[in-house]
Amino acid sequence: MNDTVGIVIVSHSKDIAKGTADMVRQMVGSEIKVAFCGGNPDGGLGTSVALIVDAINDAWSPKGVAILVDLGGAETNSEMAVEMLDPERRDLVVVCNAPIVEGAVMAATEAAGGSSLAEVRAVAEELSAD
Amino acid sequence: MSLQPETFKSLVKVAAEQVIASASELTSLDQAIGDGDHGANMKRGFEAVLGKLDAISAQPFDEALKTIGKTLVMTVGGASGPLYGSFFLAAGEALSHDKHLPDDLAEVFASGVDAVSKRGRSHAGEKTMLDVLVPVLETLKTDAGRPDIVERIRSTAAEAAARTAPMQATKGRASFLGPRSVGHVDPGARSSCVLLQAVCASLEGRP
Repeated sequence: MNDTVGIVIVSHSKDIAKGTADMVRQMVGSEIKVAFCGGNPDGGLGTSVALIVDAINDAWSPKGVAILVDLGGAETNSEMAVEMLDPERRDLVVVCNAPIVEGAVMAATEAAGGSSLAEVRAVAEELSAD
Repeated sequence: MSLQPETFKSLVKVAAEQVIASASELTSLDQAIGDGDHGANMKRGFEAVLGKLDAISAQPFDEALKTIGKTLVMTVGGASGPLYGSFFLAAGEALSHDKHLPDDLAEVFASGVDAVSKRGRSHAGEKTMLDVLVPVLETLKTDAGRPDIVERIRSTAAEAAARTAPMQATKGRASFLGPRSVGHVDPGARSSCVLLQAVCASLEGRP
């Protein structure tokens, strides 16, 4: 089986993260590795670096992992989580500048075709282009 | 003069307790221009630091600062976790590379400020914690040898935090509000002020 880029969805809300992951699985299929996390370390709204690291590990693929985030704190915490990874994994994980739901669906669609991490990211980020 | 381990332990304790005691004030500020969780987030992070205080203060200073940074990163749960975490991680990193306290305090502090700036892709003047950290760094650089340095840091931090009120935010959640962000002290600037003033109070022996 060919590896595909993994997708991680990080929202301040676990419900939004789960709902987005459900949409991706239903619209793109279950062959894509999708992991999600949401909520602060107490389970309230927010994001947690530890949970993001776990999600990256769950979605891990030798082709890399693309992270989709909702708001600023999710982006900052995702960047921090990437830095907490082993150096050889760090360069294989990117945080996409894209809307979380559309970005996740577009990224997963691109990943399902076997595209590279750079291609997956580019497709997601086209959504943010002016 | 060198920084003694018991002095370090006491100032970490005082700083953490002051942040925890300021949680409701920080939350009120954040409710005005942010998402209202800064107080709760900082409280959670510094309670975790307090919980590890004995272990932290048993470490060499560089490792202790890194442990504080990593603890905040893992427990705060908002953007301020990586920002404060990066400050302490970078300061610890600077200390592990031939820098010493208190002689190199300005350089160690500068490493932390630089890390916050990079992490947040932000600079002073955008209504963030950097609007306190950068002026305090300038005071550390220019007034290092003065006998009243601690008092000068204390007043610099207070004045700098107050100066964020008339600013319009261009970074973070507050920037969504545009002109409506004017008129409120920035919560991150306030929490930086609380931390720095607690350290000053601890150094002056009057927490």
